[in-house]
Amino acid sequence: MSLPPAANPPYRLPPRLFDARCRACWFTAGLLALIVASFWSLDLQWAQFFSLDAARSMGRFLGEFFPPDTSPEFLVKVLRGTWETLAMSALGTVLAAAAGLVLALPASRLHEGDAARGRGTTRLLLNALRSVPELVWAALLLIAAGLGPFAGTLALAIHTAGVLGRLFAEAIENAPPGPGDALRAQGVGPVRVFLYATLPQVLPQLMSYTLYRWENNIRAAAVLGVVGAGGLGQLLSFHMGLFHMGKTATILGAMIVLVLLVDVCSFTARRVLTR
Amino acid sequence: MSATLAPRLSPPERDPAWLGRVFWMGAAAVVLWPMLVATEFRPWVFFERDNARVTGQFLASFWPPAHDAEFLLMVAREAWRTVAIATAGMTLAFVVAVPLTLMSTRVLSVSALSGRMAAGPAVLRQAVRLLLIVLRSVPELVWALVFVRVVGLGPTAGVLAIALTYGGMLGKVYGEILESGEAHATQTLLRNGGSRLQAFFYGLLPQNAAELTSYTVYRWECAIRSSVVLGFVGAGGLGQQLDNSMKMFNGGEVFTMLAVFVLLVALADRVSAGLRKALG
Repeated sequence: MSLPPAANPPYRLPPRLFDARCRACWFTAGLLALIVASFWSLDLQWAQFFSLDAARSMGRFLGEFFPPDTSPEFLVKVLRGTWETLAMSALGTVLAAAAGLVLALPASRLHEGDAARGRGTTRLLLNALRSVPELVWAALLLIAAGLGPFAGTLALAIHTAGVLGRLFAEAIENAPPGPGDALRAQGVGPVRVFLYATLPQVLPQLMSYTLYRWENNIRAAAVLGVVGAGGLGQLLSFHMGLFHMGKTATILGAMIVLVLLVDVCSFTARRVLTR
Repeated sequence: MSATLAPRLSPPERDPAWLGRVFWMGAAAVVLWPMLVATEFRPWVFFERDNARVTGQFLASFWPPAHDAEFLLMVAREAWRTVAIATAGMTLAFVVAVPLTLMSTRVLSVSALSGRMAAGPAVLRQAVRLLLIVLRSVPELVWALVFVRVVGLGPTAGVLAIALTYGGMLGKVYGEILESGEAHATQTLLRNGGSRLQAFFYGLLPQNAAELTSYTVYRWECAIRSSVVLGFVGAGGLGQQLDNSMKMFNGGEVFTMLAVFVLLVALADRVSAGLRKALG
């Protein structure tokens, strides 16, 4: 009499916790090492932060925020700052879209067999523009353009041009080649091929990238001013520096409302457009 | 005389859409003009004599980049501090985000298994969501400004700022990822008497682990970028040194630090892209 065949596959031990071939184990080990090294090397002042003293000064600090300054003339000032922030972000994005499009052309291979000699160099330039944050650009531009929203606008434009240029180049390269090839076969020059075949195909995508960056730039423009580049941020750092805590609270409130409004608008727009 | 009567065979020489084009350009000008005024858009300030001279001197001092051993050692130390601030901030953000996510995820609701969620848990979940939105919508730079006042200059303010803002972001996105997936396995576990934590660890987490990890790695990359920016308000790291050198118009040092920063971001970009690719 033979035993019936086992219903289940033979019992196996679970894999060992650490195995030299297990990539997830190495990843976790490296991550833990990085975290421990970070906390160890930073000498964070937790004692100071969680002490009674710090709690008291935090409480006093927060208490000074109340009541927020709601006098009409200050509210007008805050409103003007908000408008300045919006204008900075919008203008910066428009400039960036124009510059991005100009830079995207040499950064993309327009058709098969296009030598695209400047492609590598332009992409390098775009990456450099992109990897320096807006705030650092603003701090650099303050030297040339002086304090005020102009430096902030240009900083947004430069950083965003890097981001958009790269996205635009990808969009142009991925456009369906058919219409362009048809025109090229008729002997139409490259400028008109781009204007009448490539651009109409990618325009919706370019618009959606630009709007998305605008949304990001509103958020960035709100804080850009803390280095002195205009908008709500400049008001904030000015009044915070002078310890006008009531006014600071109003400006912070305006910033949060602005960011929330942008979030709500973009969420609703996305809902409506993708339905 | 006959030339005027002959039918025109050549295409129209004027652009047929010119009216629309002129209109839209006019409309754009009308919208952009107040913005140009509001942003004090005056490109010619670049070319004013004094301004151009100062800028020229600053740009000229970019070359040669500062490269003495002592300075490079300092830059390396500050670059590590930047990474460390980002990593420590992300760790704390993770610690903040995980419990809030568990509290706010609708999939883990027991009462929602049979019809509507009970009122108490629904209110709790909405409250936690609101907290996450508030944490997330205050920019980290503002948190840093506040914390610099409380704990003084140094990396503690930067770590706390990243922890709060990124905690909100991670919590919100984790919640969205967990709720977007197929909830069947989790709900089956709950229906058969598994606890909520068991349902999370054996149903929800294995399904979404790759996506969650990949988003966390992406956020770590963003945290490195923002920890440089936080240095400008005095939260330590590369940004603080960059700010100091800029204020002293020391172009060579600025150039070296910008280059190190671009390399750092590129490296983080590579590492994060590689990890995300490995996760699939």
